[in-house]
Amino acid sequence: MEHIRTTKVEQVKLLDRFSTSNKALTGTLYLTATHLLFIDSHQKETWILHHHIASVEKLALTTSGCPLVIQCKNFRIVHFIVPRERDCHDIYNSLLQLSKQAKYEDLYAFSYNPKQNDSERLRGWQLIDLAEEYKRMGVPNSNWQLSDANREYKICETYPRELYVPRIASKPIIVGSSKFRSKGRFPVLSYYHREKEAAVCRCSQPLSGFSARCLEDEHLLQAISKANPVNRYMYVMDTRPKHRMQSWWATQKDIGRIIVRISSKIWNDEKIRESHEQKRLNAMANRAAGKGYENEDNYSNIRFQFVGIENIHVMRSSLQKLLEVNGTKGLSVNDFYSGLESSGWLRHIKAVMDAAIFLTKAIMIENASVLVHCSDGWDRTSQVCSLGSLLLDSFYRTIRGFMVLIEKDWISFGHKFSERCGHLDSDPKEVSPVFTQFLECVWHLTEQFPQAFEFNEAFLLQIHEHIYSCQFGNFLGNCQKEREELKLKEKTYSLWPFLLDDQKKYLNPLYSPKSQAVAVLEPNTVSFNFKFWRNMYHQFDRTLHPRQSVFNIIMNMNEQNKQLENDIKDLESKIKQHKNKQTDGVLTKELLHSVRPESPTLKTSLCFKEQTLLPVNDALRTIEGSNPADNRDVSSVGKGLVQAPSRPRHRQLAPRQAQ
Amino acid sequence: MEFSELIRTGRAQAELLRGPGAPPLRGTLCVTGHHLLLSPGPQATSDLWLLLLRSVDSIEKRVAGDSGTITLRCKDLRVLQLDIEGVEATLDIARSIEALSSLESVITSFPFFYRPKGLRLGDAWHFHPPEHYYKRVARETNAWRLSEVNEDFSVCPSYPRAVIVPRAVDDDALARSARFRQGGRFPVLSYHHAPSGTVLLRSSQPLTGPQKRRCAEDEELLRAVLAGARPGARGFIVDTRSAQAAKQARMTGGGTEAKAAYPGWKRLHRPMERGRPLQESFVRLVEACGDLEQSMDRWLSRLEGCRWLAHVKEALSTACLAAQGMEREGACILVHGAEGTDSTLLVTSLAQLILDPLSRTMTGFQELVEREWIQAGHPFQLRCAHSAFSHARPKHEAPTFLLFLDCVWQLGRQFPLSLEFGEGLLLALFEHAYASPFGTFLCNSEKERCLCEVRTRTHSLWSGLNQPKEQRKLRNPLYVLNPLAIWPSVEPQSLRLWQGLFLRWTRPPEPSEAAWEKVWQIVTDKEKTEGSQPTVSASEPQP
Repeated sequence: MEHIRTTKVEQVKLLDRFSTSNKALTGTLYLTATHLLFIDSHQKETWILHHHIASVEKLALTTSGCPLVIQCKNFRIVHFIVPRERDCHDIYNSLLQLSKQAKYEDLYAFSYNPKQNDSERLRGWQLIDLAEEYKRMGVPNSNWQLSDANREYKICETYPRELYVPRIASKPIIVGSSKFRSKGRFPVLSYYHREKEAAVCRCSQPLSGFSARCLEDEHLLQAISKANPVNRYMYVMDTRPKHRMQSWWATQKDIGRIIVRISSKIWNDEKIRESHEQKRLNAMANRAAGKGYENEDNYSNIRFQFVGIENIHVMRSSLQKLLEVNGTKGLSVNDFYSGLESSGWLRHIKAVMDAAIFLTKAIMIENASVLVHCSDGWDRTSQVCSLGSLLLDSFYRTIRGFMVLIEKDWISFGHKFSERCGHLDSDPKEVSPVFTQFLECVWHLTEQFPQAFEFNEAFLLQIHEHIYSCQFGNFLGNCQKEREELKLKEKTYSLWPFLLDDQKKYLNPLYSPKSQAVAVLEPNTVSFNFKFWRNMYHQFDRTLHPRQSVFNIIMNMNEQNKQLENDIKDLESKIKQHKNKQTDGVLTKELLHSVRPESPTLKTSLCFKEQTLLPVNDALRTIEGSNPADNRDVSSVGKGLVQAPSRPRHRQLAPRQAQ
Repeated sequence: MEFSELIRTGRAQAELLRGPGAPPLRGTLCVTGHHLLLSPGPQATSDLWLLLLRSVDSIEKRVAGDSGTITLRCKDLRVLQLDIEGVEATLDIARSIEALSSLESVITSFPFFYRPKGLRLGDAWHFHPPEHYYKRVARETNAWRLSEVNEDFSVCPSYPRAVIVPRAVDDDALARSARFRQGGRFPVLSYHHAPSGTVLLRSSQPLTGPQKRRCAEDEELLRAVLAGARPGARGFIVDTRSAQAAKQARMTGGGTEAKAAYPGWKRLHRPMERGRPLQESFVRLVEACGDLEQSMDRWLSRLEGCRWLAHVKEALSTACLAAQGMEREGACILVHGAEGTDSTLLVTSLAQLILDPLSRTMTGFQELVEREWIQAGHPFQLRCAHSAFSHARPKHEAPTFLLFLDCVWQLGRQFPLSLEFGEGLLLALFEHAYASPFGTFLCNSEKERCLCEVRTRTHSLWSGLNQPKEQRKLRNPLYVLNPLAIWPSVEPQSLRLWQGLFLRWTRPPEPSEAAWEKVWQIVTDKEKTEGSQPTVSASEPQP
């Protein structure tokens, strides 16, 4: 609280950045310990969490006041005009302090209290159990086992305690391999495909240098390939691109010699061979620096695949460019598309998707195990492994499964959420929208496969909101070890139970898990299937949105259907009982009332009532409904039903009358 | 009929490749006067495959060895490949298709021969004309009348027989105003907005010429419009050309309304693309959509370069401007460009969709198309002679009507519950505008249609579309009447490429179709469950 000088400023104007009229909302701005709150004259509230603020900017004083522009990590941009410069300055300074905390303990999650007791909190944290998840996949089994090598975080600080490795990989092999891999991140199991008995493994790049080799690492990879009883060949996917290190490599003198060496190498697979010479140069460059890729001379039964996903810095500036273009007022169509192109954002999304598809195909078509790595194995590797698992396994396309997937490939394997999201006041060069890209890839899949996902877009947006909000403990810290040290499970709450409680909001009404003939998704990554995700990057710019939501109305309809079907079943069974009991069979009003206390139209909200769909031939029905015979019949049935004069009923009754 | 002279060969064995998602067909290929037929062998289960020759936009033949390949690019953007046995047969069939698909005579075209089962000639032809709309206007105001000054099409060859004009202006004045407007298209009522009491008019450019001529009757007509709306009403003239282009038009006899001559009217220029640049934009977009291998950067730069979405934005924002002028400012609006048969109609029809809930219903929209495009004299035959694949030098082709359909699709995306019709109707209108067995889109004006006796000798598309079996394809299952104006967002972020049209044949049939089926299922379930509730009560034994 010591940062807050002014808690309330009146007569503040809020400008809409896309509205064509220059009318502004006037209201009062409040500054609390956790939020910035604006209440306009219509009593509409705009809450902005301090942790969501990415930057605050004070513009030059104008006649109407001092403009304050706040950009948020969830892509909200607000433009206030504060009448007095002094107030503006105070708020500006306070926000600068409040939005950048130095210590984890000052983050919102440590003070957030949703009024749960300790056991509820603990249950919330136990909701997602990764051991359970590995069991679901089918490990441990005869080929894979749980390793206790990292139980005390001794081998790799950024990995979880529980790791699954090939049964034949002994502890010395694991320890040896971890010394050979950047940050000790040796190859471990990420996903096991029970049916194909093939595995998706992940690691970081080897520290091989030009000639160094590591027998233990070679053994570990051998063990992974042997753990697949069907196909002994395995793929090693290096997710890094070619050109970045190529320019560096071009300065190296003995380039010619190495190119000759590479090209003389005989590849097993013609398809992969094409064009990968170039990509490999990259990894070669890295190798010269003591890091790089596996020298395939030393590894048998391995095919190398290079996919070009750019590094975190490229991704950061790509998003920055995209946001700059989209923030332009009065943007022309041409500037939008040339901006979209030059930002490269969709190209990057496509690269991630293509990599995941490669992984899926390796497993499904060739039955081969795949080892994925990038540099440190916590950004691009997480993207590819998790997206690949999502394509392979329909469980991850459910609400709970998606939570498990994030816990497994992102949280537990040490994606550095706090650094990538800039939770604390730290190095801005470590910030990068890697996880946002993953969510966007999933969104593209939901667009291409509208029936394959249990959740909807709102679910993805809500998760995105919370990786930055610091309201829950899940995404704080950079790895499991750090999270344990922070005692997050005792001091903060888990996001997942709250999302599950709100599940209704996130359900996809079109989800049909059974109609999906193939459980494996095969997305088409032809360029025009990638679209700008307006609902993410403009989620707060309401003027740009479709004005009506199809999802909500279908959801409502679906629910109403279920409700009505249940009612009908109830009624029918009661009628049966009734008939059995009383042979004279008069259905009393009370009985009807007990089944349907209110009419279906009254049950739903008023706004939905207005949206009730009219059946195809309206005119025809009106005529039927106006038939006095029908009306008489309805009134004789009982008051309970007269309250719900839904028109189709007349249609149903008419033929019976005729009989 | 002399078709037989153009048919070089009767039949050949061929295999037809229909693109992703559809299995190839083998059978006997046969060219008739209007169709290309492929009849699969007797053991095959599938039916006869039929293609209207009129819908072929371009044809490409290749021979190799003792067989040949014909690639047909259709006006609905479909690409078909025929592998034919025999070099001679291939060349003959190709020549026959070329000759038959480019026949220009209207009265020998297929609609004059098409006699579908279940439809009667003359049905639905009297369903939509301006008289019908006038009845509605007359209920709302008495400032307007139906004039038959154009009864014999002598005043304006591209207008229908009857038009709606201010009551205060007599037929002689109309005729003189018509002489002052290009093509005789004097200002007529397009839409009456009852809530604000204002009107939307359309015309062609005034023929002021370099001497800045004036026409007292034309000025009187527009004065009467303002007087009829309400005292002190203002008006806006939305010129769909740039101020400079309008000025230049004077050199060729055209021009624009002088400020002093039309008190109360203010001119606004909203330049919109038309004619050849629009056609080129269409061609380039379709080209880009046909390339499945291109990189993301290339695709985005082609999407930008073709400018199609920029045209969509222009059209929608000009329509919004016109609609806003009426609804928010209470002003009367006159829209015109040069000829008043293209971008003018685009703006007036879109403005009505934005403002008028009735025009968003199934019948209302069909009436709108009939009244604001067909009867209003959009030269369909000239504009839709060729689609995006033709190698012929474009003359009068322009996809103005397609641009309209695209804008309607964008409205439907932004207001998914407010249009009673779905994408299916828009796709059908696109197809039929370019090649159709029905007579609705034939010819360039009412006058020509009368000469060709289109109304009595062909079937109306509307009666074809309004058959019950077509309904599910055409309707929007989620429709609910929305009594308000629907204001679309025209920011580039809100506009999308109409994939359902431009990528309809290049992408494999997507799971989205299954999803749409599911939506239908939910909607019909809902109707059923609501409907079945009384079944229970009715099964109750009567006391």
